Amino acid sequence: MTLAEWQIVGFTAWVAALSTLVILPFGLALAWALARGHWPGKSLVETFVTLPLVMPPVATGLVLLEVFGRRGVFGGFFYNHFNLNIVFTWRAVLLALSVMSLPLLVRSARVAFEEVNPRLEQIARTLGAGPWRVFATITVPLAARGIISGMLLAFARALGEFGATIMVAGNIPGKTQTISLAIFQNVQIGEDASAYRLLGISVVLAFIAVWSSELLLRRKTRTR
Amino acid sequence: MSLLLKNISLPLADFTLEVDVEAAKRVTAIFGPSGAGKTSLLDLIAGLRAPHLAHIQLGDVVLTDTSKKLSLPPQHRGVSYVPQDLALFPHLSVSQNLLYGQKKGGANNSLFSFEHVTDVLEIQTLIARRVTELSGGERQRVALGRALLASPRLLLLDEPLASLDAPLKSKIIPYFARIRDEFQVPMLYVTHDRFEALTLAEEIIVLVNGKVMQTGPVSDAFLHPANAEVAKLFGVETVCPGKIIATQDGLATVEVGRITLTALAPDTAATDVFVCIRGEDVILQRDTATSSVRNRLPAKILSIRPEHALVRVEMDAGFPLFSLITRPARDELALSEGGAITALIKTPAIHLVPR
Repeated sequence: MTLAEWQIVGFTAWVAALSTLVILPFGLALAWALARGHWPGKSLVETFVTLPLVMPPVATGLVLLEVFGRRGVFGGFFYNHFNLNIVFTWRAVLLALSVMSLPLLVRSARVAFEEVNPRLEQIARTLGAGPWRVFATITVPLAARGIISGMLLAFARALGEFGATIMVAGNIPGKTQTISLAIFQNVQIGEDASAYRLLGISVVLAFIAVWSSELLLRRKTRTR
Repeated sequence: MSLLLKNISLPLADFTLEVDVEAAKRVTAIFGPSGAGKTSLLDLIAGLRAPHLAHIQLGDVVLTDTSKKLSLPPQHRGVSYVPQDLALFPHLSVSQNLLYGQKKGGANNSLFSFEHVTDVLEIQTLIARRVTELSGGERQRVALGRALLASPRLLLLDEPLASLDAPLKSKIIPYFARIRDEFQVPMLYVTHDRFEALTLAEEIIVLVNGKVMQTGPVSDAFLHPANAEVAKLFGVETVCPGKIIATQDGLATVEVGRITLTALAPDTAATDVFVCIRGEDVILQRDTATSSVRNRLPAKILSIRPEHALVRVEMDAGFPLFSLITRPARDELALSEGGAITALIKTPAIHLVPR
């Protein structure tokens, strides 16, 4: 493993973890609203959140490129007010990973919230707890398994993201290059040894993510 | 403290719940068949469901007033609720469950202190356990303790004993009686069991298909059902107040008006009891041959009414007494209204419920 390869691995793991943390508050709020709420346009929002899961990632990346480019709706806003460039920077990588992994967190957390008996939340209210305390002390702990498994799935998805990232962030070594992008590039230019080393690393990372999720879930079951 | 339930209207799947009553006693039983709207009524009082129309007031605090668009959120009502499934928090220990609703700095109210509540309910030894490791009766007491530790001004109990078998029921009922006597909390007790209602409640609200059929003191209600529907709901039970005047060899001598009956002695030391006799257990007889039956009462027949395959005979035996017999039996005995008959009741068929 070369230093450059280690840097690619570190960058990928860091952005994937950060994207999982960034989508956590939105994802939980959205999952809860979908699980408990009855509001107009619910099915529309549901479909919209799931789109990145089924659309070609490259297409999603193209949409992000349009919207967050300097002349796009959001991109223009960030550039004009904060002098911030999004596309073709590490922020674009974060954006692509977040959008692509959000559906996995939302779907998993939503099912977990739906399985929490609403009677428990209601009785907690009668015991003097406000809605936020009920959410933090009853709903989230009882849905913890689904939330954690959703987070790990989202993290694993982010680690391997390719299509959306290459569209919106490009493939800039040392700047926006993740493991998947580096493997692709190395194969293209005939650096097969490097590609296989990175392949090995992604297998290890994926293994750790899935295995730790298994361990967490098992410990959870035992204490129940 | 009285609970005012005024002009309540809540459309449910099959009917509209309509209630207009006041509950002023320590324990009020809400009595009715399943699906009568009892749980929905409790949900309204706890603020877990929004009524179409309602004025709900506890003492001088208005909890809900739809005409003023006022509805206190559940956490500010001071109303503790023990639902039918108890809703113990499965991820918390017994002590964490118990303390969930305890008011911060609630130590100034020693009545609802942790020590006092766990002592009355005898759950001190359980507090380190997980709720999944509790038996049915223990879960029941922990749920009660959790509700009490929130220092409620009103306690709602939804069929708290429905899931327990008969022997366990009789073990748990005394805890409810202790809560009634030790804590100054008015209780609404939903049940469809007349023994629970008789043992614990002073007042009764009979709810059928969302409508209040009858209100008043419990014993009156059982003795004088407001209409045929309520009578059917109560069953053909004879319920009347009596007094144990002697117990010997496991047998109790009970005075009911001028009449004395022999019954199995109850577990309690109480002497004031309700005498309960099922209509199926009252045998009617023309002649006066001797038999093993201890209780032989000369009675006057007041009315004879067919009920499905059977006939319901109402008698005056010194107290109102009902008997359920078959139609051929009625014909064979040549029963007639106003006629005389002898009623036989076996000793174990007389149930004494402390009042």
